[in-house]
Amino acid sequence: MKSSTVENNKQKDVLLEVNDLRIYFDINRKKVAKAVDGVDFSIHKGETVALVGESGSGKSVTSLSVIGLVPMPPGKIISGTIKLEEQELLSLPEKSMRKVRGNDIGMIFQEPMTSLDPVFTIGNQIIESLVYHQRLSKKEARKQAIELLKIVGIANSEKVIDEYPHQLSGGMRQRVMIAIALSNNPKLLIADEPTTALDVTVQSQILKLMLKMKDTFNSSILLITHDMGVVAETADRVLVMYGGQIVEEAAVKELFLNPKHPYTMALLKTMPNLDQNLRRLPSIPGNVPPAHQFPEGCRFADRCEFVMEKCRQVAPELVRISDGHKARCHLPFLKGGEYDAQ
Amino acid sequence: MPNKEVLLKVSNLKTYFPVKVPFRIGKRSVLKAVDDISLNLYKGETLGIVGESGSGKSTLGRTILKLVEPTDGEIIFEGQHLEKLKSKALQVHRNQMQMIFQDPFGSLNPRMRIEKIIEEPIKMHTTLTKSERKKRVVELIEKVGLSEEALKKLPHEFSGGQRQRIGIARALAINPKLIIADEPVSALDVSIQSQVLNLLLDLQDEFELTYLFISHDLSVIKHISDRVAVMYLGRIVEIATKDSLYANPLHPYTKALLSAIPVVNFDQKREEIPITGELPSPVDPPVGCAFHQRCPFAMEKCKQNRPLLKEVNDQQQVACFLYEEKEKKENTVSSMVQV
Repeated sequence: MKSSTVENNKQKDVLLEVNDLRIYFDINRKKVAKAVDGVDFSIHKGETVALVGESGSGKSVTSLSVIGLVPMPPGKIISGTIKLEEQELLSLPEKSMRKVRGNDIGMIFQEPMTSLDPVFTIGNQIIESLVYHQRLSKKEARKQAIELLKIVGIANSEKVIDEYPHQLSGGMRQRVMIAIALSNNPKLLIADEPTTALDVTVQSQILKLMLKMKDTFNSSILLITHDMGVVAETADRVLVMYGGQIVEEAAVKELFLNPKHPYTMALLKTMPNLDQNLRRLPSIPGNVPPAHQFPEGCRFADRCEFVMEKCRQVAPELVRISDGHKARCHLPFLKGGEYDAQ
Repeated sequence: MPNKEVLLKVSNLKTYFPVKVPFRIGKRSVLKAVDDISLNLYKGETLGIVGESGSGKSTLGRTILKLVEPTDGEIIFEGQHLEKLKSKALQVHRNQMQMIFQDPFGSLNPRMRIEKIIEEPIKMHTTLTKSERKKRVVELIEKVGLSEEALKKLPHEFSGGQRQRIGIARALAINPKLIIADEPVSALDVSIQSQVLNLLLDLQDEFELTYLFISHDLSVIKHISDRVAVMYLGRIVEIATKDSLYANPLHPYTKALLSAIPVVNFDQKREEIPITGELPSPVDPPVGCAFHQRCPFAMEKCKQNRPLLKEVNDQQQVACFLYEEKEKKENTVSSMVQV
């Protein structure tokens, strides 16, 4: 089913296109952190794209830049374009960006407690967005807000609408966030670790809800996560980030069954897995290099088990391996041919 | 388990917290964080405690160390009752038990050099001289996979995984027998998680440590534990050896937890146990079985009576009425066979 949606997407139009995005942060006068360093990707209509990486890989900054929420300063946009359909977002003035944010692009963040305002009722926060973007009257907006809360699975929505965020549990708050994000029927939903703070039983409910909402409203999702299990169950296509760059891009099944980049392979192996019975888990030695001192060559070289002389001198390019599958690596098996090193 | 020597025995442990009822002045209620828990911890084993937030798993760990006063029940460590002991008398036993915390950023004093952080418990609990302590600190930092240079640094100079290693070195400093690890890898990235888990396993082999490993992550628990206890609303609903719990979960909640884990499997979908809603508030827990409102197999009986933890086979104990019925039937059959 998933592979057929990918096939279909080729004919469908591109919703979001990011080209050569570079966002640097000034740490002090000498140090510059290259949080996002040359990222290209696109999202098709109706597609769920997962952005995977460890902390410090630049995945959150990438998603924040799409909605224009990178703090500047200290952030600086060095280069790049972000196009939502035909509209260029990076150069958009703040006033027009506010119209895009919440209207064309909805957002869900990791911590539902800090992303809801504690001094306003749930209703107030949903109504605000409806009144601002859809020019509804307060009364109409309230009615629609109750409706939205019902859609996201809050049973007694007439009561909940007048409650404050602290009166709700984590899962309920995340449902409210989804209701707000979807209130204006956005074309793109950006979900930054939407279930990381939730328990597993609630996580599966929320993920199902997101996918259902995506289908009902025919929107696309950019899902930022570090959990490969979540990726496998929800995404159509996956982008793996490391050190501010995309190191591998593939359809979800292809990525899991036929990973090409050593980092992706290692990431998949280190996942604690319910089906395996190993005394010791495989692990990736070392840490992610800090964004202000990336090595000259490949950024993964120090932790890579296949590292070669060339990797330390020349930074690899993101190259096409097969249809829709790209990887950033010097290894010879990347030039067509099956992966047979082992 | 290699030897069945009991290191720690907890019986009928209860930890209640008084809570104020909002908007009603003077009215008080009780939060039953740990509600009648009994378990044995054998020497050299790892017991995993798994549960969702609010299930009382952290409070259980803290109560065993007496960082939280138990309301009722017994904590027996190596034959010695700890529940009644106060400060000084307790201190003697405390150095047998140490804790590793979840947050490697909050649990290390940001103004202390690593050297001092690891040395502090040695200073507190032993009579080693300054040079002996120093030697011990160097030995410890190398044991956890960091170099001696790390000792002169401050906590902020380390990454999350490295900080967790420092926390482990501190816990090991006075040769404890029992380590209570409260979500030690939850704040770490996957690739770092496995490094720390491997380190914990190695140290266990080397120093014959016993772990009480608390986590919400069933895959991590599976990896490190010998036995697993599943907690729900302050109680243990199922306790079993790792292999039988994961191969054949009995309690509907355990089944639901296992089926909710997202897995990488494109060929076949795992059978999913649908549970709705969330953990009820421990201040006002439901009457009867605490899980009955979310349980797809709930019976009339579950709404009135609370099932107790009963042995179903020699590897598994479960608190669920579903198995009591079966057991009765089987018992009659087996007694007939025996005759």
